[in-house]
Parts: sequence; structure tokens; C-alpha cells
Amino acid sequence: MLNGTENTRKMAFVCTKGTLDMAYPALVMGWAALGNGVDVIMFFAFWGLDIIRKSRQDHLELAPVGNTSMKLSMMGLPMENAGIPNALGVLPGMTAIATRLMKEKMRALGIPPVSEYVQMLIDGGAKLYACKLSVDMMGLKREDFVDGLAGIVTASDFIDMTEGAQIIFI
Amino acid sequence: MTTKTIEGFTVEVNEEGFLVSPEQWNEEIARAIAREEGIEELTPQHWQVIRWCRENAVNGRSPTLRQITAGTGLSTKELFALFPKGPAKKVARIAGLGKPEGCV
Repeated sequence: MLNGTENTRKMAFVCTKGTLDMAYPALVMGWAALGNGVDVIMFFAFWGLDIIRKSRQDHLELAPVGNTSMKLSMMGLPMENAGIPNALGVLPGMTAIATRLMKEKMRALGIPPVSEYVQMLIDGGAKLYACKLSVDMMGLKREDFVDGLAGIVTASDFIDMTEGAQIIFI
Repeated sequence: MTTKTIEGFTVEVNEEGFLVSPEQWNEEIARAIAREEGIEELTPQHWQVIRWCRENAVNGRSPTLRQITAGTGLSTKELFALFPKGPAKKVARIAGLGKPEGCV
């Protein structure tokens, strides 16, 4: 449960995606919320579990296939609006290249890797939970997740603990 | 923007109670704002954070929490224990600086 006082604003993030670009929104906003005195709960379900899985969290990826926002210009080519052709995106190594590019851009801005960010959130007092149904479905165990995980809970538990909270689904 | 008298000093503050001019700040003002924020006594560790932030402020804005932990050597846990419930805002207010500009 959130342990703030009655008047404390609460935010709950539901993280369902495991790609590199979809991991960061909750990490950035959750950290900003903590810095502003807001109580934070994070509920990781389905692919979002990768964000808190020790073996996966620093290996999240970004695939150029089917991603219409990724442009050739991001890869340093002087082509303003030309997308990365899907036929190119399927070539071996393209996902690794796109992932490396994004990680380099984030590192240049001083944005921590996922594992460090998750630890900052835990140390700052955010409560992190894994979705029990997703955990069971993927055959995972408590020890697969980061040490600071507050628990593996059901959707019903999540609804209970987020009474009065602003809920953000990612 | 309004003026406010803190401990006998007249300072300019914005609508959120942050000092507008870092140069109007002094240690007595810091202690008074800290009490407003629920921190009764500023310990040497509090002062370490406050001084580091003032020395490393950019355009009158406080550094971000991650910059503070990296710069002072304090852990995230320690920083949140020193300035509970919203250290980013509290540190900035007490140090007489604006809110941090960065997100991390």
C-alpha cells in the first residue's frame, strides 16, 4: 500500500511494454513524481516485466520494423523524412543498430540505463509490483526480479492499493 | 511575483514560494524555509547538499537529483531521507534556487 498521508498526491504507472522506448516514460515520470513529493506505485505486466527482470532489463531493444517514427536521418543520413524501409529493418543486426543508437543518445544526455533508473526509483520510495498473472504465464519466479521489488500481486490487489491515485497506462 | 519577509529579510518569491534572486538568499532564510518544508534542523549533511547546489546552479536553477547524488557522493536513499517527500523541489527552495531544469 501507499504509505503517504491522506493529502499526498498518488500516481500509479501500469507498464505493459518491454521495448527500450516504452520502458523510459514510466521511469522518467515516476522519478519526476518522487522528486515532487508524489507517492508512486508501478505495476509491471506482460512484456513490461522485462523492465524489472534482472537478466533482461539492460537488454531491452528498439526495432526499426514497423516503426514509422524512425527515420534514416536518425542514423546520420541526410534524408529528413525518409523512413527506414521495413525491408531493410528485417536485416540481421538492424535492431541492434537502432538500439545502440538510442542508447548512445540517452547516454549523451546523462540518462541512466534501465537497471540504474529502476534502483533509483526503489531508493526514492516508489513501490514496484509484478503482475501475478503475467509472472505465472511466463513461468517466472521472485528471484528473477530486482531485489527491491515490493511484491507479486494480482490485478485486484493493484486496484485496491491505487484507490485515489492517478493511473497512467503505458 | 511578490515580496515576502523571511526572518526580517525582504525577498522576492514566485507563486510557488521559490526565491527569484539567488543572491537574496542567506543561511537564516534557508533555515526558515526548511522549517516551512518540515525540516526542523539543517544538519551538516543538509548544508553539504545546499552548498553544492548553490555552487553548481545553472542560471539560478538547482541541479537535478541525479546530479546532486553524483556530485555530493550521497546515495539516493540518503538524499530522500534528508529531504523527504519531494527532494527536487525542497532542495531548490531551501537553497534559494529555481526548480531543476533537467528530468533526471
